[in-house]
Amino acid sequence: MRLRGSLPAWLIAAVGAAVVPWHMQQDGLSLATIVGFGQHDPEAASALWQAAAHGRFWFWPIVAGLLLALPGALPMLPRPARALWLLAGGGFGLAALVVQGLAIGVQGWSWPWLEALFGPLDDRQFGIGLGGAMTAVALLLLVTDGFALRGAFKGDRFVAGAVGVLAASILLFTAWPVATVLMQMFTPRDDLSAWAALADRVVDRKIWGLACVTSAAGCGVFWNTLVLATCTATLTTSLGLAFALIVTRTRFPAKRGLRLLTVMPIITPPFVIGLGLILIFGRSGVINQIVEAVFGLELGRWIYGFNGILLAQAFSFTPVAFLVLIGVVEGISPTMEEASQTLRATRMRTFGAVTLPLMLPGLANAWLVSFVESLADFGNPIVLGGSFGVLSTEIFFAVVGAQQDFGRAAVLAAVMLVIALFAFVLQRRVVGRRSYVSVTGKGDSGLPPTLPAPIRRAAYAVAIPWACLTLVVYVMALAGAFVRVWGRDWTPTLEHFRRAFALEWTANGTLLFSGGAWHSLFTTIELAVIAAPITAGLGLLAAWVLSRQRFAGRTTLEFALMLTFAVPGTVIGVAYILTYNVPPLEITGTAIILVACFVFRNLPVGVRSGVAAMSQLDRSLDEAAVTLRASTFRALRTVVLPLLKPAIVTALVYSFVRAMTTVSAVIFLVSAEYEMATVFIINRVINGDYGLAIAYCAVLILLMTLATGLIQLLVGNRRLGRRGVVAAPAPVGGRV
Amino acid sequence: MSGAEVRLEGLGKRYGEVRAVLPLDLVIEGGTLVTLLGPSGCGKTTLLRMIAGLEQASEGRILIGGRDVTLLSAGERNVSMVFQSYALFPHMSVLDNVAYGLVSSGMPRKEAHAQAEAALETVGLKGFGTRLPSEMSGGQQQRVAVARALVLKPDVLLFDEPLSNLDTRLRRSMREEIRALQQRLGLTVVYVTHDQSEALAVSDRIVVMRNAAIAQAGTPEELYTQPDSVFVATFMGEANHVQGAIERSDGGQAQVALGPLRLALPDRGLPTGRADIVIRPEAVRFAVDGEAGLPGTVARATYMGSHSEYLLDTEVGTLFAVIPDRLRRREVGAQVLITLAPDGVMLVHD
Repeated sequence: MRLRGSLPAWLIAAVGAAVVPWHMQQDGLSLATIVGFGQHDPEAASALWQAAAHGRFWFWPIVAGLLLALPGALPMLPRPARALWLLAGGGFGLAALVVQGLAIGVQGWSWPWLEALFGPLDDRQFGIGLGGAMTAVALLLLVTDGFALRGAFKGDRFVAGAVGVLAASILLFTAWPVATVLMQMFTPRDDLSAWAALADRVVDRKIWGLACVTSAAGCGVFWNTLVLATCTATLTTSLGLAFALIVTRTRFPAKRGLRLLTVMPIITPPFVIGLGLILIFGRSGVINQIVEAVFGLELGRWIYGFNGILLAQAFSFTPVAFLVLIGVVEGISPTMEEASQTLRATRMRTFGAVTLPLMLPGLANAWLVSFVESLADFGNPIVLGGSFGVLSTEIFFAVVGAQQDFGRAAVLAAVMLVIALFAFVLQRRVVGRRSYVSVTGKGDSGLPPTLPAPIRRAAYAVAIPWACLTLVVYVMALAGAFVRVWGRDWTPTLEHFRRAFALEWTANGTLLFSGGAWHSLFTTIELAVIAAPITAGLGLLAAWVLSRQRFAGRTTLEFALMLTFAVPGTVIGVAYILTYNVPPLEITGTAIILVACFVFRNLPVGVRSGVAAMSQLDRSLDEAAVTLRASTFRALRTVVLPLLKPAIVTALVYSFVRAMTTVSAVIFLVSAEYEMATVFIINRVINGDYGLAIAYCAVLILLMTLATGLIQLLVGNRRLGRRGVVAAPAPVGGRV
Repeated sequence: MSGAEVRLEGLGKRYGEVRAVLPLDLVIEGGTLVTLLGPSGCGKTTLLRMIAGLEQASEGRILIGGRDVTLLSAGERNVSMVFQSYALFPHMSVLDNVAYGLVSSGMPRKEAHAQAEAALETVGLKGFGTRLPSEMSGGQQQRVAVARALVLKPDVLLFDEPLSNLDTRLRRSMREEIRALQQRLGLTVVYVTHDQSEALAVSDRIVVMRNAAIAQAGTPEELYTQPDSVFVATFMGEANHVQGAIERSDGGQAQVALGPLRLALPDRGLPTGRADIVIRPEAVRFAVDGEAGLPGTVARATYMGSHSEYLLDTEVGTLFAVIPDRLRRREVGAQVLITLAPDGVMLVHD
């Protein structure tokens, strides 16, 4: 008999509650321990067994919810009645599951009134494990099935389930952690009450101080961050504009090479540039040595601090602004400029009175994108910051440093979050006003005019040296991997690579990965390989749901998804350890937390490329499939997915590469067992072991290039007959 | 196979405050072709998509073959749809396209392909199975779309403006093919179009829609000869709208005054007094010598070969006339006397 309707979901829930161990097992699950029935150790037992044999009565409501949902899962009753049973049972079971998970923590009851009611509990509760997860997901699906049976989501159980899973996962992995961070600000400290503690933390000279205006002392991190982000955004937008104008409006011969520049930050681990700058301008850097040798001057440590970070961020994010601005400049219809010229305006006047004003919203967007990039940047400040603290690094030191002050980290994170959200809202408003975008769907003829000579010269003068400098930084950075000790011993060597990636044959003939970097490299690849398909799948699913389905709460879901974009990585990192350190979801130190972090940090990229591709796909194609008896899932698999291959590639590549290069959130989440490549590199940098760090970066770049090609090969191209393959537009911008 | 009856009871659709379809009742008899006709934005496509299960009804019920399908998803309803854009899957061969629904329903691939071949033969595309949709002409793609819908032997076949992407000549032959196929197989078909001549040509019954509601439903002949309203009259072909007066009415016949003319028309339940009248252009004639008539002046005359078209200024308004007299053509400015053929003149409600 084929299982149909809600019965499979109910059975999963039942197995999760009755058979499989409810809590996470310390030593992992084995075949022997997977049956949690009749276990002597209550922690290894299933929920039902814990309730029946060990007196843990708080599991009974979950079981009751399951039983209540059973009539709805069976095909006997008419639809409306089944819907009612499913909603009641699933909803009650889910609520009971959440409440009991939150109610009992590591020290018994979480809330005093519960203790008053049931008496003290000498038990503690571990995090939810396989059984709990199975039951939770299946109960959720029973509820969404109930909604679908009532006719919501056009009666489509798959859509209802997809929306339910998306909403629940955003709630679980973004909204809850962020809320936890914000709550953490109120944690009482010493003798201070919640409000007093909050006030004490928020009103902090280290955050808001303005001492640097009047004296030599440093300002608060808020001001540091704000000034840095503003400078970086302005600098990168100007540079990006120069590049964009050259590429789109001049006959510059090496345009292709300039465009290549935009790809670099995507495959560059976040500290390559910082390291390159140190090797050039650092104390033992090339420039310093030359200046000292020729003029006998000591240039000192000027690269560490504001100057260095600004320079590094300008190198890192100019390509991002460039990418945004290419679209902006190309988006201006040439007919406007031609009209201006026929109205007797000079080229200069056309540029000043027509072209530039038309670009303003685009410039504002590029500025805000760079601003947010700078704000969220962790790699450059940690390498070059010195004593100059910005929010992202201060959060890090508040958590890992000697202070271990989570309250302070939470306040800093909240400040950062507010700035990021503010910039995000501003950006949405700027981009939302589309009145200036003059390109229509129709083929707009006309040639873009070439730049007026003074502007062109200025653009060349700015962009070409900068491009050369970028190249120099990259070359220097990579050269650092091949000399013994930069600045002191210039002997060419492969020693760094050997230390990181040595291979040895042991006596009994097996290969031994004796290099220090192998462990973190394998972990990184493994987790990136796990995370990439989940990210792409979930992202495309969300894109499909958002662009193809209409249901109550669609805009809310979309907004929540876009908000996850705005949360800086450092904030997410802190939020995750605060939230997942304790039951009910105790996943700190596991691979799950890292994968969850990758997935939900990169989800918006999958969503964006999916939405862009979906908008090129005729809606009636999936409707046709559905009217042809295909289940919605089948329609998605056989019609939509094959036509979305370019978007799948984009999402896969992006999430894979991002998982390998991200550092800001991950640095909080790694453990000895699960160490990531970027964190390994940063630790080498902090120890001054630049050679090995750079060697590792070079290997990562190589690896990512290979992986990109491999993914392209695996997913393949669409075959649409004589028509060419339409590539999905690449997503713009991203964060470290 | 024979098509099932479709019954809509109080069916309506609302998007927030906007009503796309006001609650309406409609019965579509099994084995007939019913057209939903109306200007764009009248709700006809929304109605069709609700029957298909692509839109959720806000209120009311849909019964297909006596089964309530209101809450069922599109795939559970046993209806098929031919889309305006055909919606052929561009990455699958024609045969895979046609077999898609069968394979989705769980039929073994081999059998599905055999049936798909047969369906392609039905629409005259034998041997085209290995091609990709992009390698076929618009008319051929249209046939593939029909074959893909037919092969599932649906209770109801739905067409959403299926011919609007074809050129005029092809449209004519395709609509005849669709009609012939429907009659041969006894299908129930709901057909959406905004082209009245298409509707007249293919339908058993036509449902004219306006402003999210049914304006009038009936056979093509009923709608053309007995329109309820000025809207239906003008939408179903050309019509002049003028005002006259009902002088008296008894036994269902009304005596209507239109200028100096006196016409005996079915009164359609209207009271005496001012009345709206529509006149088909082909009902306008020039009076034979000595016959009484409505005096008028020729304002414009257009020679169309098989007939002539005139604009005639009269005391009741300007009349558009189609007159098949090729020998005695009137020049602009000529004074004429006009009579009306009663079967082309109707009293209407607004």
